[in-house]
Amino acid sequence: MKHTLIAWMRDKPGVLNRVAGLLRRRNFNIDSLQVGHSEIPGISRMTFVVNGDDHMTDQVIKQLRKVVDVTNVDDVTDRPTIVREMALIRMHTTSENRAEIIQIVDVCKGEVVDVSLESMVVQIVGSEQRIDALIELLENFEIQEMVRTGPVAMARGNALRTKRSIAGWRAVANGQVIVEEATRFSTGGV
Amino acid sequence: MRQPKSKSAGTATSTGATPARTSEPRQMTGAQMVWEALYLEGVDVIFGHPGGAILPTYDALARYEAEGKIHHVLVRHEQCAAHMADGYARSTGKVGVCIATSGPGATNLVTGLATAQMDSVPVVAITGQVPTTLLGTDAFQESDVVGVTQPIVKHNYLVTDVHELPLILKEAFYIAREGRPGVVLVDICKDVQNATGLFRYDFNIELPGFEPWPKVDKAAIIAAAELINHAERPLILAGHGIHIAGVSKELLELAEKAEIPVVTTLLGTGNISETHPLSLGMGGMHGEVYANRAVQGCDVLIAMGMRFDDRITGRLDSFAKQAKIIHFELDKAEIGKNVKPDVPVIGDLGETLPALLPLIEARRHQPWIQQISEWRGDTSETDILNFETDQLIPPFVIRQLWHATKNATDLPPIVVTDVGQHQMWECQYFIHEFAGMLLTSGGLGTMGFALPAAIGAQMANPGRLVWAVAGDGGFQMTLQELAVLKQERNLPVKIAIINNGFLGMVRQWQQFFYDKRYVGTPVVSPDYVKLADAYGIPALVVRRPEEVGPALEKAHQTPGPFLIDFQVKEEVNVYPMIAPGKAVNEMIRRPKAGVVQGFSGVEPSW
Repeated sequence: MKHTLIAWMRDKPGVLNRVAGLLRRRNFNIDSLQVGHSEIPGISRMTFVVNGDDHMTDQVIKQLRKVVDVTNVDDVTDRPTIVREMALIRMHTTSENRAEIIQIVDVCKGEVVDVSLESMVVQIVGSEQRIDALIELLENFEIQEMVRTGPVAMARGNALRTKRSIAGWRAVANGQVIVEEATRFSTGGV
Repeated sequence: MRQPKSKSAGTATSTGATPARTSEPRQMTGAQMVWEALYLEGVDVIFGHPGGAILPTYDALARYEAEGKIHHVLVRHEQCAAHMADGYARSTGKVGVCIATSGPGATNLVTGLATAQMDSVPVVAITGQVPTTLLGTDAFQESDVVGVTQPIVKHNYLVTDVHELPLILKEAFYIAREGRPGVVLVDICKDVQNATGLFRYDFNIELPGFEPWPKVDKAAIIAAAELINHAERPLILAGHGIHIAGVSKELLELAEKAEIPVVTTLLGTGNISETHPLSLGMGGMHGEVYANRAVQGCDVLIAMGMRFDDRITGRLDSFAKQAKIIHFELDKAEIGKNVKPDVPVIGDLGETLPALLPLIEARRHQPWIQQISEWRGDTSETDILNFETDQLIPPFVIRQLWHATKNATDLPPIVVTDVGQHQMWECQYFIHEFAGMLLTSGGLGTMGFALPAAIGAQMANPGRLVWAVAGDGGFQMTLQELAVLKQERNLPVKIAIINNGFLGMVRQWQQFFYDKRYVGTPVVSPDYVKLADAYGIPALVVRRPEEVGPALEKAHQTPGPFLIDFQVKEEVNVYPMIAPGKAVNEMIRRPKAGVVQGFSGVEPSW
């Protein structure tokens, strides 16, 4: 199962290396990883998707929390979340298919951001599925070049920076009583 | 045992341990800052080897050495500097410090640092680095030490600005010491050592991502107490955490109050005196049969300060299947890593164990104790010490060592072992009465650990008797440190080499699992007596059982270092043994004496 995790970390030299190194040496499978600034100066925010069972995800979170420069880790998988990716696609165009491509891009809520005589660059922002859908359509023409970011994620509703583990979220979702924060960490992720 | 700690709930915001030593903020060079910070942290001995990139720092040491504030021990190989700092830290609970130059000096430290980190030992390593202007240019003796050591340390720093140095040094000691101890490496560029800046040490440390002392959950302790009170066959599995937190007394109280037998891990030996009736000794791969049976037979397993290493659990899916597991642990990431506990109790054992004690009902578990005694019953038949032999066998040497050291000094002796067969025999045949009597490389299993770690322990405890017990294989990995014994004014470390002409443990595996094809395991040793003589260290060779006692006596009576080369029977095996990947109750046991000896003329299978 895929889990979307968000980690906040101090913006220090080598911190990305620390996190990536940890994920590698603990043998965790990472699907994608995105880093950028957060709203707090000096704190970077990383969104990444891990592919594994609950036990592995629990270990990823706990091991990441042990990294001194990582200030917080949050699992947003079971929460209503906005997840967005972006892609830039350079299409080879001819006078015959240019209109058709623009039409498809419009329908898919993409945007043509650069046009030249023989090519155009299409930009699309959206969920993974939407981008996949557009790419699938555009593959009927000639894709010259493509770059795609991994997903970035943010929870819906009020800003809530908690330290809840997966088990904690399960407990809330099942209407169970919320015990102390410490017990939520401690249930081994199941 | 841990030194007094500075505690604050939640995230780490602390002023640090109020050092008894203080210093006014003043201008000084980066090199001086290092020593001033070490002095303020209470470091009195450091272990290191100089070199180009760390020279400014060594130069600034002169004043501190002259004033008697800090003593520097020159090692012969940087790996041993880390081991010495490790031995120093294990035997005192203080942070051990080692120092090395850039490039090869720093990469040589790696094995020693990994050893300390795996066993949760607080060590701060200081390394020189090429000047900031040369960073990344493949300069002479440049290596990316922060990158190299990143996976094996708790945290590390590269210092490129002298103004950051005081805070980094303070953070380094704080991170190494607080919470689950570990290794912190500080890599300091040469120009930073030469630059001048303001030194102050009154910072508040703010590390929002570092939570050394998690809040103790009362509900978990109540749940644990509930389980223990209702257990019919409870068992305590005590690890290194008991020793680090210094709660051996509370552990004994718990065991006696509710009559719970105690099995220890390798690093937990002596947590409860092994002479105590409730002590079952060490469990795991080479643990006693009855200890492992107890683990597989208990209904409540109370794991304390241990991490369910594969050497303790054997095959995980059949480990203590019937038992409810309670896991007392400081490091949250250890909860559920290997074994999923039914009740996890997160927090410092120094808090959780005293909080647990009043909730425990005084109980007796006679049927359970009886059962274990029955299991214990037949082990003496296969105990090698009960075999009739006139050959020198290693377990006999170890037991004699215990007899000899028992009343040799007022303070309990420290035994430092290497890794291999002799290490396991030490655990089985030396009777540890106190936590910290045995220092050994458990997690990483580093051969060559014994001599340097013993030197570190002896430097920290001048009044105690320190024995380094090593195999002939491991000893040859670090024997150059014999020179340190002389240089440190005849440091009285006693050395016992269990010399069987093989890399014994590897040979044993080859015998069991690879049809006795002894590839790469026969070891040729030098004449250790002559070798010791070359270093000016008195030495003896022992070949017969009756010579063991007098030789040990002589070692104790000789002031300064002493080396004994015990030339033992070659192919003796460590029993019982759980083959890797097997369950804890599938043990290979020593063949009974009656089977292999007698009138058949068959060579006994050791």
